[in-house]
Amino acid sequence: MEERPLSDISYYRFIDEEKLMGSRCKKCGQLYAPPRHFCFECHRSEMEWHKMKGEGELAAFTCIFIGPSFMGEQGYNRKNPYCTGVVKLEEGPRVVARIEGVDAGNPDTIKVGTPLEVEFLRRGEGEETVTSLAFRPRSG
Amino acid sequence: MPEKRELGRGVAIVGAGMSKFGMFEDKDSKDLFAEAFKEMLSSVDKGIDPERIEAMWIGNFSNDFFVHQAHWGPIISDLLGLAPRAATRTEGACAASTLAFRDGVMAIASGLYDVVLVGGVEEMSKCTTEEVTEGLALATSPYEGAAAFTFPGVFGALATAYFDKYGATREDLMNITIKSHNNAPLNPKAQFNKTIADLMQAKIKKAEERGKPVPSWGSEKEALGDPRFNPPVAWPMFLYDCCPISDGASCMLLVAEDMAGEFTDKPIYMAGMGQGSGRALHASPSLTSFEANKHAAAEAYAMSGLEPKDIQFSEVHDCFSIAELIHIEDLGFFKPGEGYKAVAEGATKLDGPMPINTSGGLKCKGHPVGATGVAQMFEVWKQLREEAGERQIPGRDLRVGGAQNLGGTGGTCTFTILERR
Ligand SMILES: [Zn+2]
Repeated sequence: MEERPLSDISYYRFIDEEKLMGSRCKKCGQLYAPPRHFCFECHRSEMEWHKMKGEGELAAFTCIFIGPSFMGEQGYNRKNPYCTGVVKLEEGPRVVARIEGVDAGNPDTIKVGTPLEVEFLRRGEGEETVTSLAFRPRSG
Repeated sequence: MPEKRELGRGVAIVGAGMSKFGMFEDKDSKDLFAEAFKEMLSSVDKGIDPERIEAMWIGNFSNDFFVHQAHWGPIISDLLGLAPRAATRTEGACAASTLAFRDGVMAIASGLYDVVLVGGVEEMSKCTTEEVTEGLALATSPYEGAAAFTFPGVFGALATAYFDKYGATREDLMNITIKSHNNAPLNPKAQFNKTIADLMQAKIKKAEERGKPVPSWGSEKEALGDPRFNPPVAWPMFLYDCCPISDGASCMLLVAEDMAGEFTDKPIYMAGMGQGSGRALHASPSLTSFEANKHAAAEAYAMSGLEPKDIQFSEVHDCFSIAELIHIEDLGFFKPGEGYKAVAEGATKLDGPMPINTSGGLKCKGHPVGATGVAQMFEVWKQLREEAGERQIPGRDLRVGGAQNLGGTGGTCTFTILERR
């Protein structure tokens, strides 16, 4: 069992290690991703890490034509938009993540309800590597 | 439902003012607030000696990073010649000044003060669009930023969920934009004063003058569907789904209800108010509703003893077109999934059965974020006093109006019900 503190910092470090981790309430079993300190259902704080399978479906999305500067630096702009969205995981919780493998320039082709699987986006090299959580349409 | 809560004593609005909203190179936050304050003073029918103001609450979201100046409470009290009275800045993203209003109401209701000033100010236009976009993104949740959501992007995502669930389309959102643009030219304080039809004609004329191909739009919706007229920002939010960058200020004079007659024979009463908080986008119980809205509305209805059907008109926080649609459902004016149909039938037009955003809304009136909440109530005050001029809701005995304000992406929502007795 993972011993790391239940925190956003740990959540993003797990993503760097290509793991999508949430938390499970030891009292009532409710699952959360990203992890929470306190259970929304029973208000206890006895949580443990829970690895998510990384499968789900698209619950909502947007294709962004005017993005933040860090996306501009990666080559995204009005002519080359990107998709990001809300993914409902098979286990129940939703997460926000980049959506890859869809045609962001033709948003009409992207459908809520599309089955998705997790993908970890890596950019940069060595110490500079940044990993982002993403999902893409499920292959099979 | 929350139980009915009554204030320790009632609160009346006896004066209100707002600056013109827009982008002003040669006016700063102090100038804008001074403009609103002067109008407020002159709106008090029987006059007010400013010395009687005992304390003030000023909403402001972003001046810290947009003009690199924080701590706006004392700056405003000094500006108005009201130091050393207590002056507190409130922050609730785009709902900052409704929080100022609420603090003022609670201070009077508690018996601490009898006469207070509440308001808000924001100065955004001296930054680049990129700086404003990144500044506003500070009011989303940290998770959304990491997933490269922008502010319009969060609302775009809500729109795709709404479309999927209820079968609405972009055309339904265009009805909201067209309606707001029809109201705005009737509001002299509004940032934009042209209808979509006016804007189309202007583009056509420009193309003719320059010998360029003349657009052949057959309707407002055809123009709004043309990316040259209305480019995408965060699909399905296009330029005309988004409110502008604005500067402006607003304020109101609140007094204990039993003192209102000293100031005016036409006071407007605070009938009910509520505030809720919301979770990050991914954790929201619904992607087609704001839970904070429902909580705020339930509190306001419980306090006032009123129901959605009693609200005759309302300002709602249309930072993006989809937000207006969600709000009118969350507040109970229309059933979930029915709002877009009512809008298409004209229910929310100025002369419809449930006028929404008679001011032109944030879309056209402008959205200087910290000033918006009290500016919404300014519109309700004007309508209830039958002083709204050309945009006065026609043929109705107006008694009860609402103002719904949203901060961030739904992290803070408020609903306030004002009435004329
Ligand atoms: Zn629990």
